[in-house]
Amino acid sequence: MSADLIGIAIIDILLFTFLVVTAFAIMRLRNLFAVVMLAGVFSLLSASLFVTLDAVDVAFTEAAVGAGISTVLMLGTLALTVREEKKSTHSAFLPLLVCLVTGAALIYGTLDMPPFGGMDTPVQTYLAPDYIQRTPIDTGVPNIVTAVLASYRGYDTLGETAVVFTAAIAVLLLLGAAIRRPGKDDGKE
Amino acid sequence: MEHHAILRVVSKLLIPPILVYALYVQWHGDYGPGGGFQAGVVFAVAFILYALVYGVDEMARVVPPRLLHASAGIGVLIYAGTGVVTMALGENFLGYNALAHHPVHAQEWGIIIVEFGVGVAVASVMISIFIAFACHNPPLKDEDW
Repeated sequence: MSADLIGIAIIDILLFTFLVVTAFAIMRLRNLFAVVMLAGVFSLLSASLFVTLDAVDVAFTEAAVGAGISTVLMLGTLALTVREEKKSTHSAFLPLLVCLVTGAALIYGTLDMPPFGGMDTPVQTYLAPDYIQRTPIDTGVPNIVTAVLASYRGYDTLGETAVVFTAAIAVLLLLGAAIRRPGKDDGKE
Repeated sequence: MEHHAILRVVSKLLIPPILVYALYVQWHGDYGPGGGFQAGVVFAVAFILYALVYGVDEMARVVPPRLLHASAGIGVLIYAGTGVVTMALGENFLGYNALAHHPVHAQEWGIIIVEFGVGVAVASVMISIFIAFACHNPPLKDEDW
């Protein structure tokens, strides 16, 4: 194994350890403010993992949306509710069982997958080389991710944009569109 | 918030670079990491920072919620409209090749236009969701800081 790969492995192990520690801290803490902050840390760690996988576009989105906006919106939600989580009254047995069974099923599912970074997988043998060859000729866009996202997979991105728009409609319907602030129509105007 | 000179000055210093960076991410999505989604979020963050420091009311004077709701829809319409235009020009839905004579230019134009639509939609959606949450919270008093 070359020095590069060992370095990447060490970084990966460190990041995954931090992820697990953060997840356990989120589980144990009752103070929801700390939980929201740790969720932001969790997102940032995932973003770093995406960088080690060379998926910088995904990492950028994760850092901006997961660690940035989500944290702000969760804090806004927190201000509308309480800051302490209630002690749970039921036992943890059933949720634990569900988690273990789901986790086992997921790990069982990965056994069928080709090894990570394997050269003889369908993705590496024709799909990725095909896009790498076609993108400069078809679109002339240097960032292949952008070309795939906005041109080859334009329908999906239109769907994603519609999902974001739908989220806004749902939140505005639930919380009120706030065209007039509630405080203002108490006769102050 | 009148007494927090450091916060006010620092946020005033930070907001213009954040906006410029959002525009850079938007228009350089073709060349580097980034694109409409990320640019929209970064753009929205500048306004959210302004609202956190100066209050939601002040921010709503800069971009009224009514305008944001409209522009969220306009963003989606720009994207879907590009598809309709290419259909009218005799291509498939979102088949950008109809937009210019040379397919490479046409693809570039198509990608830039739909990414702009995504950016407008995401930025407006993020700011209006933030306003919807923040409107229900009373502004922080000085003692709470």
